[in-house]
Amino acid sequence: MMMNKTRAEFDHALQELQDSLLSLGSMVEKAIARATAALRDRDLEASRQVISEDDVIDRRRAELEERVVDLIASQQPVAVDLRSLIATLHVSMELERIGDYAEGISKISLMMGDQPPVKPLVDIPRMAEKSSAMLRSALDALVRRDVALAKQVLADDDEVDALYDQVYHELLLMMLQDPKIIERATYLIWAAHDLERIADRATNIAEQVIYFVTGKMAPDIVSKY
Amino acid sequence: MTTAPPEIAADTTLSVSNLHMYYGPFRALRDINLEVQRNSVTALIGPSGSGKSTLLRCFNRMNDLVPGARVEGRVLFNGEDIYHPSVDPTEIRLRVGMVFQKPNPFPKSIYDNVAFGLRINGFRGDMDEAVETSLRRAALWDEVKDRLKASGLTLSGGQQQRLCIARAVAVQPDIILMDEPASALDPISTLAIEDLMRELKREYTIIVVTHNMQQAARASDWTAFMTMGEDRAGYLVEVGATHDIFTNPKDERTEGYITGRFG
Repeated sequence: MMMNKTRAEFDHALQELQDSLLSLGSMVEKAIARATAALRDRDLEASRQVISEDDVIDRRRAELEERVVDLIASQQPVAVDLRSLIATLHVSMELERIGDYAEGISKISLMMGDQPPVKPLVDIPRMAEKSSAMLRSALDALVRRDVALAKQVLADDDEVDALYDQVYHELLLMMLQDPKIIERATYLIWAAHDLERIADRATNIAEQVIYFVTGKMAPDIVSKY
Repeated sequence: MTTAPPEIAADTTLSVSNLHMYYGPFRALRDINLEVQRNSVTALIGPSGSGKSTLLRCFNRMNDLVPGARVEGRVLFNGEDIYHPSVDPTEIRLRVGMVFQKPNPFPKSIYDNVAFGLRINGFRGDMDEAVETSLRRAALWDEVKDRLKASGLTLSGGQQQRLCIARAVAVQPDIILMDEPASALDPISTLAIEDLMRELKREYTIIVVTHNMQQAARASDWTAFMTMGEDRAGYLVEVGATHDIFTNPKDERTEGYITGRFG
Protein backbone atom coordinates (compact mmCIF):
# COMPACT_ATOMS: atom_id res chain seq x y z
CA MET A 1 0.00 0.00 0.00
CA MET A 2 1.43 3.34 -1.03
CA MET A 3 1.19 5.78 1.81
CA ASN A 4 2.17 9.34 2.17
CA LYS A 5 1.16 12.22 4.34
CA THR A 6 -1.82 13.37 2.30
CA ARG A 7 -4.30 11.57 4.53
CA ALA A 8 -2.35 11.34 7.77
CA GLU A 9 -5.25 12.66 9.82
CA PHE A 10 -7.72 10.24 8.26
CA ASP A 11 -5.31 7.34 8.71
CA HIS A 12 -4.92 8.33 12.34
CA ALA A 13 -8.71 8.42 12.81
CA LEU A 14 -9.05 4.98 11.21
CA GLN A 15 -6.37 3.60 13.53
CA GLU A 16 -8.10 5.07 16.59
CA LEU A 17 -11.36 3.59 15.43
CA GLN A 18 -9.81 0.14 15.15
CA ASP A 19 -8.29 0.50 18.62
CA SER A 20 -11.71 1.40 20.04
CA LEU A 21 -13.27 -1.55 18.28
CA LEU A 22 -10.68 -3.91 19.76
CA SER A 23 -11.19 -2.43 23.20
CA LEU A 24 -14.94 -3.01 22.82
CA GLY A 25 -14.13 -6.56 21.73
CA SER A 26 -12.10 -7.20 24.82
CA MET A 27 -14.87 -5.82 27.08
CA VAL A 28 -17.32 -8.18 25.42
CA GLU A 29 -14.96 -11.11 25.74
CA LYS A 30 -14.62 -10.46 29.48
CA ALA A 31 -18.39 -10.21 29.80
CA ILE A 32 -18.80 -13.69 28.28
CA ALA A 33 -16.21 -15.20 30.62
CA ARG A 34 -17.62 -13.52 33.72
CA ALA A 35 -21.25 -14.32 32.86
CA THR A 36 -20.41 -17.98 32.35
CA ALA A 37 -18.26 -18.24 35.48
CA ALA A 38 -20.99 -16.55 37.54
CA LEU A 39 -23.55 -19.01 36.16
CA ARG A 40 -21.34 -21.97 37.00
CA ASP A 41 -20.28 -20.70 40.44
CA ARG A 42 -23.77 -19.40 41.28
CA ASP A 43 -22.31 -15.97 42.01
CA LEU A 44 -25.39 -13.75 41.73
CA GLU A 45 -23.48 -10.58 42.56
CA ALA A 46 -21.13 -11.17 39.62
CA SER A 47 -24.16 -11.81 37.37
CA ARG A 48 -25.68 -8.48 38.43
CA GLN A 49 -22.41 -6.73 37.62
CA VAL A 50 -22.30 -8.15 34.08
CA ILE A 51 -25.86 -6.88 33.56
CA SER A 52 -25.08 -3.38 34.74
CA GLU A 53 -21.86 -3.18 32.73
CA ASP A 54 -23.66 -4.04 29.52
CA ASP A 55 -24.79 -0.40 29.44
CA VAL A 56 -21.15 0.63 29.02
CA ILE A 57 -20.82 -1.72 26.04
CA ASP A 58 -23.97 -0.23 24.48
CA ARG A 59 -22.62 3.30 24.95
CA ARG A 60 -19.23 2.45 23.46
CA ARG A 61 -20.93 0.96 20.44
CA ALA A 62 -23.02 4.10 19.94
CA GLU A 63 -19.90 6.30 20.20
CA LEU A 64 -18.08 4.14 17.68
CA GLU A 65 -20.95 4.36 15.23
CA GLU A 66 -21.13 8.09 15.59
CA ARG A 67 -17.46 8.39 14.71
CA VAL A 68 -17.94 6.15 11.66
CA VAL A 69 -20.82 8.34 10.46
CA ASP A 70 -18.67 11.46 10.97
CA LEU A 71 -15.84 9.98 8.96
CA ILE A 72 -18.14 8.91 6.13
CA ALA A 73 -19.61 12.42 5.99
CA SER A 74 -16.33 14.29 6.24
CA GLN A 75 -13.90 12.04 4.38
CA GLN A 76 -16.11 10.54 1.68
CA PRO A 77 -14.21 7.28 1.86
CA VAL A 78 -13.88 4.91 -1.08
CA ALA A 79 -12.31 1.51 -1.73
CA VAL A 80 -10.47 0.00 1.26
CA ASP A 81 -11.33 2.98 3.49
CA LEU A 82 -15.02 2.59 2.74
CA ARG A 83 -14.91 -1.15 3.34
CA SER A 84 -13.06 -0.63 6.60
CA LEU A 85 -15.73 1.78 7.89
CA ILE A 86 -18.62 -0.43 6.77
CA ALA A 87 -16.96 -3.43 8.42
CA THR A 88 -16.45 -1.40 11.60
CA LEU A 89 -20.16 -0.55 11.69
CA HIS A 90 -21.15 -4.19 11.35
CA VAL A 91 -18.55 -5.48 13.79
CA SER A 92 -19.50 -2.96 16.47
CA MET A 93 -23.12 -4.05 16.12
CA GLU A 94 -22.16 -7.73 16.41
CA LEU A 95 -20.06 -7.00 19.51
CA GLU A 96 -22.94 -5.20 21.15
CA ARG A 97 -25.25 -8.13 20.45
CA ILE A 98 -22.68 -10.55 21.87
CA GLY A 99 -22.64 -8.34 24.96
CA ASP A 100 -26.41 -8.74 25.11
CA TYR A 101 -26.04 -12.53 25.13
CA ALA A 102 -23.60 -12.27 28.05
CA GLU A 103 -26.21 -10.12 29.78
CA GLY A 104 -28.84 -12.75 28.90
CA ILE A 105 -26.77 -15.50 30.50
CA SER A 106 -26.48 -13.34 33.62
CA LYS A 107 -30.24 -12.82 33.73
CA ILE A 108 -30.72 -16.59 33.47
CA SER A 109 -28.35 -16.96 36.38
CA LEU A 110 -30.50 -14.55 38.44
CA MET A 111 -33.66 -16.45 37.45
CA MET A 112 -32.06 -19.66 38.71
CA GLY A 113 -31.60 -17.87 42.03
CA ASP A 114 -30.55 -20.22 44.79
CA GLN A 115 -31.75 -23.36 43.04
CA PRO A 116 -28.85 -25.71 42.46
CA PRO A 117 -27.99 -26.47 38.81
CA VAL A 118 -29.38 -29.79 37.54
CA LYS A 119 -25.87 -30.94 36.77
CA PRO A 120 -22.34 -29.66 37.14
CA LEU A 121 -21.58 -27.26 34.30
CA VAL A 122 -18.88 -28.70 32.06
CA ASP A 123 -19.95 -28.37 28.42
CA ILE A 124 -21.41 -24.89 28.88
CA PRO A 125 -18.09 -23.39 30.05
CA ARG A 126 -16.43 -25.22 27.16
CA MET A 127 -18.89 -23.60 24.76
CA ALA A 128 -18.08 -20.23 26.32
CA GLU A 129 -14.35 -20.78 25.90
CA LYS A 130 -14.74 -21.92 22.33
CA SER A 131 -17.02 -19.01 21.40
CA SER A 132 -14.66 -16.52 23.03
CA ALA A 133 -11.73 -18.01 21.17
CA MET A 134 -13.65 -17.59 17.90
CA LEU A 135 -14.39 -13.97 18.77
CA ARG A 136 -10.72 -13.34 19.59
CA SER A 137 -9.60 -14.95 16.33
CA ALA A 138 -12.12 -12.95 14.32
CA LEU A 139 -10.79 -9.70 15.81
CA ASP A 140 -7.18 -10.83 15.30
CA ALA A 141 -8.05 -11.56 11.68
CA LEU A 142 -9.41 -8.01 11.40
CA VAL A 143 -6.21 -6.45 12.74
CA ARG A 144 -3.97 -8.66 10.62
CA ARG A 145 -6.25 -8.57 7.57
CA ASP A 146 -5.95 -12.34 7.65
CA VAL A 147 -8.55 -14.02 5.43
CA ALA A 148 -7.33 -17.54 6.25
CA LEU A 149 -7.84 -16.95 9.95
CA ALA A 150 -11.31 -15.51 9.30
CA LYS A 151 -12.20 -18.63 7.32
CA GLN A 152 -10.95 -20.75 10.21
CA VAL A 153 -13.44 -18.96 12.48
CA LEU A 154 -16.24 -19.88 10.05
CA ALA A 155 -15.17 -23.51 10.22
CA ASP A 156 -14.83 -23.50 14.02
CA ASP A 157 -18.52 -22.74 14.40
CA ASP A 158 -19.31 -26.41 13.77
CA GLU A 159 -17.64 -27.39 17.03
CA VAL A 160 -19.80 -25.01 19.04
CA ASP A 161 -22.88 -26.23 17.22
CA ALA A 162 -21.94 -29.82 18.06
CA LEU A 163 -21.43 -28.92 21.72
CA TYR A 164 -24.82 -27.24 21.79
CA ASP A 165 -26.43 -30.36 20.32
CA GLN A 166 -24.77 -32.43 23.00
CA VAL A 167 -25.91 -30.16 25.85
CA TYR A 168 -29.41 -29.97 24.44
CA HIS A 169 -29.87 -33.72 24.08
CA GLU A 170 -28.38 -34.43 27.47
CA LEU A 171 -30.72 -31.98 29.19
CA LEU A 172 -33.68 -33.21 27.15
CA LEU A 173 -33.02 -36.73 28.31
CA MET A 174 -32.80 -35.59 31.94
CA MET A 175 -36.11 -33.73 31.61
CA LEU A 176 -37.79 -36.80 30.14
CA GLN A 177 -36.57 -38.84 33.07
CA ASP A 178 -37.50 -36.30 35.74
CA PRO A 179 -40.11 -33.66 34.79
CA LYS A 180 -39.52 -31.87 38.08
CA ILE A 181 -36.27 -30.45 36.74
CA ILE A 182 -37.78 -29.05 33.53
CA GLU A 183 -37.59 -25.45 34.66
CA ARG A 184 -33.98 -25.64 35.85
CA ALA A 185 -32.87 -27.63 32.79
CA THR A 186 -34.57 -25.13 30.49
CA TYR A 187 -32.47 -22.35 32.01
CA LEU A 188 -29.33 -24.19 31.02
CA ILE A 189 -30.61 -24.80 27.50
CA TRP A 190 -31.21 -21.08 27.20
CA ALA A 191 -27.70 -20.31 28.39
CA ALA A 192 -26.23 -22.83 25.95
CA HIS A 193 -28.29 -21.32 23.18
CA ASP A 194 -26.96 -17.84 23.99
CA LEU A 195 -23.41 -19.19 23.72
CA GLU A 196 -24.21 -20.87 20.44
CA ARG A 197 -25.46 -17.52 19.14
CA ILE A 198 -22.29 -15.80 20.33
CA ALA A 199 -20.31 -18.18 18.11
CA ASP A 200 -22.62 -17.37 15.19
CA ARG A 201 -21.97 -13.69 15.69
CA ALA A 202 -18.23 -14.32 15.79
CA THR A 203 -18.65 -15.88 12.33
CA ASN A 204 -20.50 -12.73 11.22
CA ILE A 205 -17.48 -10.72 12.30
CA ALA A 206 -15.22 -13.09 10.37
CA GLU A 207 -17.38 -12.53 7.28
CA GLN A 208 -16.94 -8.78 7.68
CA VAL A 209 -13.18 -9.29 7.82
CA ILE A 210 -13.33 -11.20 4.54
CA TYR A 211 -15.36 -8.36 3.01
CA PHE A 212 -12.99 -5.71 4.36
CA VAL A 213 -9.91 -7.45 2.99
CA THR A 214 -11.21 -8.85 -0.32
CA GLY A 215 -14.16 -6.60 -1.15
CA LYS A 216 -16.29 -9.71 -1.56
CA MET A 217 -19.30 -10.48 0.58
CA ALA A 218 -19.08 -13.96 2.06
CA PRO A 219 -21.87 -16.24 0.88
CA ASP A 220 -24.50 -16.83 3.54
CA ILE A 221 -23.55 -19.60 5.85
CA VAL A 222 -26.88 -21.16 6.70
CA SER A 223 -26.92 -22.15 10.33
CA LYS A 224 -29.31 -24.88 11.38
CA TYR A 225 -29.97 -23.02 14.64
CA MET B 1 -2.97 -3.48 -18.22
CA THR B 2 -6.49 -4.37 -17.35
CA THR B 3 -8.70 -5.01 -20.32
CA ALA B 4 -12.28 -3.83 -20.37
CA PRO B 5 -14.84 -6.23 -18.94
CA PRO B 6 -16.28 -8.47 -21.65
CA GLU B 7 -19.79 -7.06 -21.39
CA ILE B 8 -18.54 -3.75 -22.80
CA ALA B 9 -17.48 -5.34 -26.05
CA ALA B 10 -21.03 -6.32 -26.97
CA ASP B 11 -22.08 -2.74 -27.62
CA THR B 12 -18.93 -0.79 -28.24
CA THR B 13 -19.15 2.59 -29.87
CA LEU B 14 -15.50 3.52 -29.53
CA SER B 15 -12.72 0.99 -29.56
CA VAL B 16 -9.19 2.13 -28.87
CA SER B 17 -6.33 -0.25 -29.44
CA ASN B 18 -2.58 0.17 -28.94
CA LEU B 19 -2.90 3.92 -29.11
CA HIS B 20 0.31 5.93 -28.70
CA MET B 21 0.24 9.67 -29.02
CA TYR B 22 3.18 11.99 -29.50
CA TYR B 23 3.78 15.72 -29.43
CA GLY B 24 6.90 15.87 -31.58
CA PRO B 25 9.48 13.65 -29.87
CA PHE B 26 7.52 13.55 -26.59
CA ARG B 27 5.29 10.56 -26.05
CA ALA B 28 2.16 11.82 -24.29
CA LEU B 29 0.16 8.56 -24.27
CA ARG B 30 1.41 5.02 -24.16
CA ASP B 31 -0.43 1.94 -25.40
CA ILE B 32 -4.01 2.84 -24.60
CA ASN B 33 -6.60 0.08 -24.97
CA LEU B 34 -10.15 0.99 -24.17
CA GLU B 35 -13.64 -0.01 -25.20
CA VAL B 36 -16.38 2.57 -24.70
CA GLN B 37 -19.90 1.26 -24.36
CA ARG B 38 -22.73 2.94 -26.20
CA ASN B 39 -25.28 4.90 -24.14
CA SER B 40 -23.14 4.99 -21.06
CA VAL B 41 -21.03 7.52 -19.20
CA THR B 42 -17.34 6.70 -19.03
CA ALA B 43 -15.22 8.77 -16.66
CA LEU B 44 -11.51 9.29 -17.19
CA ILE B 45 -9.80 9.98 -13.88
CA GLY B 46 -6.18 10.38 -12.89
CA PRO B 47 -3.62 12.89 -11.68
CA SER B 48 -2.77 16.05 -13.62
CA GLY B 49 -0.50 15.27 -16.53
CA SER B 50 -1.69 11.68 -16.89
CA GLY B 51 -3.04 12.40 -20.37
CA LYS B 52 -6.79 12.31 -19.75
CA SER B 53 -7.56 15.40 -21.83
CA THR B 54 -5.04 14.37 -24.46
CA LEU B 55 -6.77 11.00 -24.76
CA LEU B 56 -10.18 12.69 -24.93
CA ARG B 57 -8.94 14.89 -27.79
CA CYS B 58 -7.77 11.77 -29.68
CA PHE B 59 -11.42 10.72 -29.90
CA ASN B 60 -12.43 13.57 -32.21
CA ARG B 61 -9.03 14.34 -33.73
CA MET B 62 -8.74 17.62 -31.90
CA ASN B 63 -5.03 16.87 -31.48
CA ASP B 64 -4.64 17.25 -35.24
CA LEU B 65 -4.79 20.99 -34.62
CA VAL B 66 -1.61 20.83 -32.52
CA PRO B 67 1.56 21.12 -34.64
CA GLY B 68 3.73 18.03 -34.34
CA ALA B 69 0.98 15.89 -32.85
CA ARG B 70 0.96 12.32 -34.10
CA VAL B 71 -1.08 9.25 -33.30
CA GLU B 72 -0.17 5.58 -33.63
CA GLY B 73 -2.60 2.74 -33.14
CA ARG B 74 -6.29 2.62 -33.86
CA VAL B 75 -9.42 4.44 -32.76
CA LEU B 76 -12.48 2.74 -34.21
CA PHE B 77 -15.69 4.73 -34.06
CA ASN B 78 -18.64 2.47 -34.86
CA GLY B 79 -16.09 0.17 -36.44
CA GLU B 80 -14.50 2.85 -38.62
CA ASP B 81 -10.90 3.96 -38.16
CA ILE B 82 -11.12 7.70 -37.52
CA TYR B 83 -7.44 8.18 -38.37
CA HIS B 84 -7.75 6.56 -41.79
CA PRO B 85 -6.42 8.95 -44.48
CA SER B 86 -9.79 8.99 -46.23
CA VAL B 87 -11.58 10.30 -43.15
CA ASP B 88 -12.44 14.00 -42.92
CA PRO B 89 -11.70 15.16 -39.37
CA THR B 90 -14.48 17.77 -39.46
CA GLU B 91 -16.95 14.96 -40.15
CA ILE B 92 -15.64 13.15 -37.07
CA ARG B 93 -16.01 16.30 -34.96
CA LEU B 94 -19.63 16.58 -36.03
CA ARG B 95 -20.35 13.11 -34.74
CA VAL B 96 -18.14 13.38 -31.69
CA GLY B 97 -19.02 16.64 -29.96
CA MET B 98 -17.10 18.32 -27.21
CA VAL B 99 -17.80 20.41 -24.12
CA PHE B 100 -14.94 22.19 -22.39
CA GLN B 101 -14.00 23.05 -18.83
CA LYS B 102 -14.79 26.73 -19.12
CA PRO B 103 -18.18 27.45 -20.66
CA ASN B 104 -17.43 29.09 -24.01
CA PRO B 105 -20.63 30.29 -25.64
CA PHE B 106 -20.22 32.41 -28.75
CA PRO B 107 -20.90 36.13 -28.25
CA LYS B 108 -24.23 35.63 -29.97
CA SER B 109 -27.81 35.11 -28.88
CA ILE B 110 -28.84 31.96 -27.04
CA TYR B 111 -30.77 30.92 -30.16
CA ASP B 112 -27.84 31.50 -32.50
CA ASN B 113 -25.45 29.63 -30.24
CA VAL B 114 -27.55 26.50 -30.65
CA ALA B 115 -28.38 27.10 -34.33
CA PHE B 116 -24.76 27.81 -35.27
CA GLY B 117 -23.60 24.26 -35.89
CA LEU B 118 -26.77 23.41 -37.78
CA ARG B 119 -26.45 26.46 -40.07
CA ILE B 120 -22.84 25.81 -41.04
CA ASN B 121 -23.79 22.25 -41.84
CA GLY B 122 -26.59 23.36 -44.15
CA PHE B 123 -29.47 22.25 -41.96
CA ARG B 124 -32.76 22.60 -43.91
CA GLY B 125 -35.33 21.53 -41.30
CA ASP B 126 -37.34 23.55 -38.80
CA MET B 127 -34.67 25.56 -37.01
CA ASP B 128 -36.96 26.75 -34.19
CA GLU B 129 -37.89 23.19 -33.41
CA ALA B 130 -34.27 22.00 -33.55
CA VAL B 131 -33.18 24.79 -31.18
CA GLU B 132 -35.98 24.03 -28.74
CA THR B 133 -35.28 20.30 -28.77
CA SER B 134 -31.59 20.86 -28.11
CA LEU B 135 -32.26 23.33 -25.30
CA ARG B 136 -34.74 20.90 -23.76
CA ARG B 137 -32.22 18.06 -23.94
CA ALA B 138 -29.73 20.29 -22.17
CA ALA B 139 -32.35 21.02 -19.47
CA LEU B 140 -32.11 24.73 -20.25
CA TRP B 141 -35.29 25.43 -22.24
CA ASP B 142 -37.53 26.42 -19.33
CA GLU B 143 -34.97 28.93 -18.10
CA VAL B 144 -34.34 30.65 -21.45
CA LYS B 145 -37.44 30.17 -23.61
CA ASP B 146 -38.54 33.79 -23.02
CA ARG B 147 -35.20 35.35 -23.87
CA LEU B 148 -33.79 33.37 -26.76
CA LYS B 149 -32.52 36.59 -28.35
CA ALA B 150 -30.48 37.56 -25.29
CA SER B 151 -26.74 37.05 -25.52
CA GLY B 152 -25.50 33.67 -24.36
CA LEU B 153 -23.00 35.56 -22.23
CA THR B 154 -25.80 36.94 -20.02
CA LEU B 155 -26.41 33.47 -18.58
CA SER B 156 -24.92 32.18 -15.33
CA GLY B 157 -21.90 29.85 -15.55
CA GLY B 158 -24.01 26.74 -15.06
CA GLN B 159 -26.50 27.90 -17.68
CA GLN B 160 -23.68 28.78 -20.10
CA GLN B 161 -22.31 25.26 -19.71
CA ARG B 162 -25.74 23.79 -20.45
CA LEU B 163 -25.94 26.10 -23.46
CA CYS B 164 -22.65 24.64 -24.68
CA ILE B 165 -24.12 21.18 -24.18
CA ALA B 166 -27.22 22.23 -26.17
CA ARG B 167 -24.90 23.52 -28.90
CA ALA B 168 -23.08 20.17 -28.90
CA VAL B 169 -26.23 18.04 -29.05
CA ALA B 170 -27.86 20.23 -31.75
CA VAL B 171 -25.81 18.59 -34.51
CA GLN B 172 -26.92 15.12 -33.31
CA PRO B 173 -23.55 13.66 -32.42
CA ASP B 174 -23.14 10.04 -31.31
CA ILE B 175 -20.59 10.82 -28.64
CA ILE B 176 -20.19 13.85 -26.39
CA LEU B 177 -16.75 14.42 -24.91
CA MET B 178 -16.68 16.50 -21.75
CA ASP B 179 -13.43 17.89 -20.40
CA GLU B 180 -14.01 18.74 -16.74
CA PRO B 181 -17.41 20.20 -17.61
CA ALA B 182 -18.28 21.17 -14.05
CA SER B 183 -14.96 22.22 -12.56
CA ALA B 184 -15.74 25.92 -13.00
CA LEU B 185 -19.27 25.58 -11.59
CA ASP B 186 -20.77 25.80 -8.11
CA PRO B 187 -21.98 22.57 -6.41
CA ILE B 188 -25.62 22.92 -7.44
CA SER B 189 -24.76 23.63 -11.09
CA THR B 190 -22.35 20.72 -10.90
CA LEU B 191 -25.13 18.37 -9.80
CA ALA B 192 -27.33 19.75 -12.60
CA ILE B 193 -24.64 18.83 -15.13
CA GLU B 194 -24.37 15.36 -13.61
CA ASP B 195 -28.14 14.88 -13.83
CA LEU B 196 -27.90 15.99 -17.41
CA MET B 197 -25.19 13.44 -18.15
CA ARG B 198 -27.45 10.67 -16.86
CA GLU B 199 -30.29 12.01 -19.00
CA LEU B 200 -28.18 12.47 -22.13
CA LYS B 201 -26.69 9.00 -22.07
CA ARG B 202 -30.03 7.61 -23.19
CA GLU B 203 -29.34 9.12 -26.60
CA TYR B 204 -25.62 9.70 -26.62
CA THR B 205 -22.44 8.16 -25.35
CA ILE B 206 -20.57 10.37 -22.92
CA ILE B 207 -16.90 10.36 -22.06
CA VAL B 208 -16.00 12.76 -19.30
CA VAL B 209 -12.66 13.82 -17.86
CA THR B 210 -12.99 14.77 -14.22
CA HIS B 211 -10.78 15.56 -11.25
CA ASN B 212 -13.79 15.25 -9.00
CA MET B 213 -13.73 11.69 -7.71
CA GLN B 214 -17.22 11.92 -6.29
CA GLN B 215 -18.47 13.09 -9.65
CA ALA B 216 -17.00 10.05 -11.35
CA ALA B 217 -18.52 7.83 -8.65
CA ARG B 218 -21.93 9.48 -8.93
CA ALA B 219 -22.36 10.11 -12.61
CA SER B 220 -20.45 7.45 -14.53
CA ASP B 221 -21.11 3.82 -15.38
CA TRP B 222 -17.51 3.03 -16.23
CA THR B 223 -14.33 4.49 -14.86
CA ALA B 224 -10.89 4.44 -16.42
CA PHE B 225 -7.93 5.38 -14.24
CA MET B 226 -4.86 6.86 -15.90
CA THR B 227 -1.50 7.76 -14.53
CA MET B 228 1.90 8.59 -15.95
CA GLY B 229 5.13 6.69 -16.19
CA GLU B 230 8.72 7.69 -15.49
CA ASP B 231 8.89 9.01 -19.05
CA ARG B 232 5.81 11.19 -18.29
CA ALA B 233 3.75 9.29 -20.86
CA GLY B 234 0.17 8.80 -19.70
CA TYR B 235 -1.23 5.27 -19.65
CA LEU B 236 -4.33 3.42 -18.51
CA VAL B 237 -3.99 1.49 -15.28
CA GLU B 238 -7.44 0.06 -14.77
CA VAL B 239 -10.84 0.20 -16.42
CA GLY B 240 -13.95 -1.19 -14.82
CA ALA B 241 -17.50 -0.69 -13.71
CA THR B 242 -17.56 2.46 -11.58
CA HIS B 243 -19.03 0.50 -8.67
CA ASP B 244 -16.07 -1.88 -8.68
CA ILE B 245 -13.46 0.85 -9.08
CA PHE B 246 -14.78 2.78 -6.09
CA THR B 247 -15.47 -0.11 -3.75
CA ASN B 248 -12.83 -2.61 -4.70
CA PRO B 249 -10.25 -1.48 -7.26
CA LYS B 250 -7.95 -4.22 -8.47
CA ASP B 251 -4.78 -2.20 -8.88
CA GLU B 252 -3.12 -0.65 -5.86
CA ARG B 253 -2.22 2.44 -7.89
CA THR B 254 -5.94 3.02 -8.48
CA GLU B 255 -6.63 2.51 -4.80
CA GLY B 256 -3.84 4.89 -3.80
CA TYR B 257 -5.22 7.57 -6.08
CA ILE B 258 -8.93 7.34 -5.31
CA THR B 259 -8.37 7.11 -1.56
CA GLY B 260 -6.22 10.22 -1.78
CA ARG B 261 -2.97 8.62 -0.70
CA PHE B 262 -1.06 8.80 -3.92
CA GLY B 263 -0.93 10.94 -7.02
